Amino acid sequence: MQIEAKNISFRYSDNQPWILHDVSLKIEEGERVGLIGPSGYGKSTLVKIMSGYLRPTKGEVLLDGKPLPKKGVSPVQLIYQHPEKAINPRWKMKKVLQESGMFREEVMKALGIEKDWLERYPRELSGGELQRFCVARSLFSGTHFLFADEMSTMLDVITQAQIWNLMLKEVEERRLGLLMVTHNAELAKKICTRTINLAEINKREDI
Amino acid sequence: MNSKILNRRKKTILFAILIFAVLLGVYLSGTFLSDELIQADFSQKGLAPSLKHPFGTDMLGRDMLVRTIKGLSVSIVVGVVASSVSAVIALIVGVIAATGKSWLDHLMNWLIDLVMGIPHTVLLILISFACGRGLKGVLIGVAVTHWTGLARIIRSEVLQIRSQQYIEVSKKLGHSSWWITVHHILPHMVPQFLIGLILMFPHAIMHESGLTFLGFGLSPEQPAIGIILSESMKYISAGMWWLAFFPGLMLVIIVLLFDRLGENLKKIIDPYSAHE
Repeated sequence: MQIEAKNISFRYSDNQPWILHDVSLKIEEGERVGLIGPSGYGKSTLVKIMSGYLRPTKGEVLLDGKPLPKKGVSPVQLIYQHPEKAINPRWKMKKVLQESGMFREEVMKALGIEKDWLERYPRELSGGELQRFCVARSLFSGTHFLFADEMSTMLDVITQAQIWNLMLKEVEERRLGLLMVTHNAELAKKICTRTINLAEINKREDI
Repeated sequence: MNSKILNRRKKTILFAILIFAVLLGVYLSGTFLSDELIQADFSQKGLAPSLKHPFGTDMLGRDMLVRTIKGLSVSIVVGVVASSVSAVIALIVGVIAATGKSWLDHLMNWLIDLVMGIPHTVLLILISFACGRGLKGVLIGVAVTHWTGLARIIRSEVLQIRSQQYIEVSKKLGHSSWWITVHHILPHMVPQFLIGLILMFPHAIMHESGLTFLGFGLSPEQPAIGIILSESMKYISAGMWWLAFFPGLMLVIIVLLFDRLGENLKKIIDPYSAHE
């Protein structure tokens, strides 16, 4: 499988400046791509567009040549920067996993999710622990691409390493396509097969 | 001493239970006191408060204490039924407005503005009159006029929750709008719904009494507070103050108790003050 962003432009309304202008990129399944670039260059926006959370003003996102499905389970899953915002605070963790149908022993084991966490509420777990749940629920059998928007930025170094080790193992085993947004060039070097600098492919006038 | 054993949360819960017990007690005693206790007895007419008749007797010689409790019991029933119906309407309207298409939102907002825009008492009188007065008219009248404020609150809450990341994630996990409403949104509405419901009781009771007082509500043979108060107006210039004073005071106390109950529940279940 292959996901392609084709001549994507985006702005919030007609009289606002472009955030992304004529951006194109391709990711193959099994590839690990790092997306880097200074703050405010539209990294998060691009990732949101490519995973179907935002509609581009111009251009299209193609999955094997066809547009992204609007309904149903999405083969492209996005993992956010702040897990505490991406999990319903009134739900027990067990329900979070059940929601995606990933309440399975082997997924929990692979990501180091402990049994007694399941009966807790989100605020009773740490950021790193929560992020594992966010990863776990994105790992469908139908998931082909994982996008991580600064997934580990708010975690300490040790937890970062743990999470990425677990992620890499899963991504390699399932041959998923990975696109990670990061400011950390060293991390990108360690994980990715190639990196893209958004400043180079974003044809906005001010850059 | 007490404050050391019980923390604030426990005290609040205890207080809420106590209020609930008092209200339930008034309702039950009003239902189970026999009607014979308020038979007319002209040998006892117009007595001032005494040990035998703590609230005095009226011009037909009926005991005012029993009449007041029976009246309050009717008021509580009206309050519970009318505000429950009202709160359910508010929940449905609020969720529909925030979930559906934008024209639906406009329609619901227009409906809320319409009901809010008409003077409350006038609307109440019209609806109650059109529905044939009596208990049924009052219930319908109060129920269909009190949901607007709560509907607005629920609409804005739902709008806020719908913009959360976990809702977007849920959509990408393949869940339908209906599934998201039931599993994600409605549980978030429980505190607003319950608190809104209980804080609606006092309004409903006051409007029931007001409507009855004006003669558009319950029929005269029913021992309602509004009836008692409007009857007493005829005799108050004759110096029979107890006919209005005690029933009025009791009504105010019941209304304040409901209000307290709502405030206490708010402290307990509202997520922003639950841990104070």
